[in-house]
Amino acid sequence: MNATENIKKIIIEKPLKLDCGKTISNYPIAYETYGKLSEKKDNAILAFHALSGDQFVSGNNPITNKSGWWSCLVGPNKAVDTNKFFVICANVIGGCMGSYGPNSVDTKTNKKLGTNFPVITINDMVNAQYNLLDFFKIDRLFSIMGGSMGGMQVLQFVANYPDKTKTAIPIACTASHSAQNIALNELGRQAIMADNNWKKGDYLNLDNSPDKGLSVARMAAHITYLSQKGLQEKFGRKLQERDDLKFSFDADFQIESYLRHQGSAFVDRFDANSYLYITRAMDYFDLIKQYKGNLSDAFKGSKVKFFIISFTSDWLYPTSENKEIVIALNAAGADVGFIEITSDKGHDSFLLDVPDFLKSVKNFLEANY
Amino acid sequence: MKKEFQIIAELIKNNTRVLDVGCGDGILMKHLKDNKNVDTRGLEILKNNVQICISKGLPVIEGNAERDLQQFPNLSFDYAILSQTLQAFYNPEKVIDDLLRVANKAIVTIPNFGYWKVRLHLFFKGTMPVTKHLPDEWYNTPNIHMCTIKDFVNLCKEKNISLFKSLALHEQKVSMINKRNLNLKNLFSELGIFLIEK
Repeated sequence: MNATENIKKIIIEKPLKLDCGKTISNYPIAYETYGKLSEKKDNAILAFHALSGDQFVSGNNPITNKSGWWSCLVGPNKAVDTNKFFVICANVIGGCMGSYGPNSVDTKTNKKLGTNFPVITINDMVNAQYNLLDFFKIDRLFSIMGGSMGGMQVLQFVANYPDKTKTAIPIACTASHSAQNIALNELGRQAIMADNNWKKGDYLNLDNSPDKGLSVARMAAHITYLSQKGLQEKFGRKLQERDDLKFSFDADFQIESYLRHQGSAFVDRFDANSYLYITRAMDYFDLIKQYKGNLSDAFKGSKVKFFIISFTSDWLYPTSENKEIVIALNAAGADVGFIEITSDKGHDSFLLDVPDFLKSVKNFLEANY
Repeated sequence: MKKEFQIIAELIKNNTRVLDVGCGDGILMKHLKDNKNVDTRGLEILKNNVQICISKGLPVIEGNAERDLQQFPNLSFDYAILSQTLQAFYNPEKVIDDLLRVANKAIVTIPNFGYWKVRLHLFFKGTMPVTKHLPDEWYNTPNIHMCTIKDFVNLCKEKNISLFKSLALHEQKVSMINKRNLNLKNLFSELGIFLIEK
């Protein structure tokens, strides 16, 4: 795993008090950058990744040897043009791509932390990543953006540091994780914990990992990222490399084979404990409660220019939940644009080549740069 | 910029906050922002128009006035603009109430159904009028609540809404509407432009 050793990291010495009450210090944040920081340092964009993402936004991901998760949007001559902008992305704390997380080693015991890692929140993730501004000596970012959990981090960042970005693009997200979202995350966590190899999170110090559990969690989650129409059009009842049903429990249907593939591919690049911690952080996210029931207080007096984007077929973070953010911003008198992009690709739309989406991000950035 | 927008822009004071309801491609918003230092917000129903506005750097949200005006707090704007769309709402009365709730003043423009050409069309042809300002057929028009200048003036009277300024537009010429000339203006104007306040 030489590639893992080459991951860029900074060690944050400054203590960070987590929402759970514990304080961490001297912890690593792994990051990647794209493009060049201008002399005036006015072209920096901080991108936040979603649940299963990492710092490798664009180009080739050196760990998976696949394209970065936001390659459709970010790169040279893309909507977020890295010839023009300097894009920074960090692995969230709790993650498994080099930042401080459950597979970090406990210096006292020399063992992997596992579930001794503290339960973290979106707020903690954002506060940890804020140190990147100091590291790059950037006084104010040009923009922050992210979809899904990345969008939640955008909202939290603006609430915590209202003067530290000029613009903000929360995409396909929510200000408060819904019961449906918590339920779906709990399904994934239970799948992992039901795997005998999980060993209460201690598997990293043992021989086997809960691959089956993590894979089922991913399969279930993957369905929620798609739409009924998208699934039907792509797979329908098509059979997998066979002419007829086999009257067995093999993957007869293409959709079964597809999901199994998604599950097993995920296991190769993701850590089960990280999955538990990050989904927990998402479930705990409730910006409305943080501001005592009035979301607009989170954005009071904000000079940030917001652009909210949702997708028609996204039932995980539906337009109605994105619009609640718009309403709160309007109530705070903030500068806000909003568009619902027509797409049948479900929640995943923000990661895919959806031309209207790419165009709107490009137009917003260019108009405000 | 079309004459109607020029007149609206003249009615708006510098350095104010304006909500443009049905802002279209944002021409009027951009003009107000660039020339009168107005802090504008837009509400627009068509995605394509929202895209155009975003590319101009205008803060526009996609939405429908009848559903989405309610999200704006009371008196959060100095002016709310509604250009030639009142007649397309299911409940125009509620929209007017909402405009005057979110803004101090509202500027409402209406295509005048009392215009003589419209009257003659119905009178002689016996079919629903189709004119330059009302180009659709009865079966595909979005305009379900057409009114005349006089109707609008009467509605304001009934609802105790003050008409600060009532203007008539006909072939690029603007004139004032007052009590004495109301019947005449109602016959000879294509468009009514009203600055109202509750």
